[in-house]
Amino acid sequence: MNLEYFLLLAAALFCIGIYGLVTSRNAVRVLMSIELLLNAVNINLVAFSNFLDGQNIRGQVFTVFVITIAAAEAAVGLAIILSIYRNRDTVDMEKFNLLKW
Amino acid sequence: MNLAEGVRLVSLIILSVMMLGTALGVVLFENIVYSAFTLGGVFISISGLYILLNADFVSAAQILIYVGAVNVLILFAIMLVNKQEDFEVLPRRWIRKVSTAFVSLALFALLATMVLQTNWPVNPSKQPPASSVLAIGIHFFTDYLLPFELASILLLMALVGAVVIARRENIVGEETAIVSEEPPHIFELPERPREPIS
Repeated sequence: MNLEYFLLLAAALFCIGIYGLVTSRNAVRVLMSIELLLNAVNINLVAFSNFLDGQNIRGQVFTVFVITIAAAEAAVGLAIILSIYRNRDTVDMEKFNLLKW
Repeated sequence: MNLAEGVRLVSLIILSVMMLGTALGVVLFENIVYSAFTLGGVFISISGLYILLNADFVSAAQILIYVGAVNVLILFAIMLVNKQEDFEVLPRRWIRKVSTAFVSLALFALLATMVLQTNWPVNPSKQPPASSVLAIGIHFFTDYLLPFELASILLLMALVGAVVIARRENIVGEETAIVSEEPPHIFELPERPREPIS
């Protein structure tokens, strides 16, 4: 049980999330990948809070904040996906290029 | 929490394998519903990791909020946009996949070398506080009071914003026209017809 195990685990989860974020074509899967990224950050925060700041656990407080923001982000993101699906009749990320050029 | 060291190590290995496997499942499954269910597996194994890290309150909050709210919300969104569409094949898409995999692996290698080469000032002597809920609550109401209140305002804004973005636009004043007839589809709100933008 070292700090490095948890940091490596969080780094692996973050890289998996980035791969899914870039390569997936379904818009809902992009949101899931964002959740993976936020969870990797949370693991880092809790690990640092346990190993480096054992007495007053500030990292867990920040984790609760991140969880709150992630819940709000998921709600708004899924609402945006519903709205865009109603307008464009697809969830393909390649078709969402209104603001691209 | 004073589990034996061997028990901790074995459960750490099991949880790590579970988490990485289900995370790869989220990214790599073709069917989006399978991805949503394996996302629940990721959240549950992360909550187990929090228990290993003496964070009992955050672990419970993780299960409640992520598995109970976010995952169910994602499943509902999948049901609402459940269109079996075959994405059209793009040329040279494998280049994008291969380059993204390369970039992700390189980023992981960078982070791993950073993690392994840094001397972390770990102090294992200090015991964790007796009740982490107590410690977190004290933090919330003394030195993190302003972010705590701002988080509540942010949640309210997200609630209102999600409703405003996702609702259908109803035509005002057309409800009375429907009630007078015999109601074949009384459960449908009148909706302004809208052409999909091509």
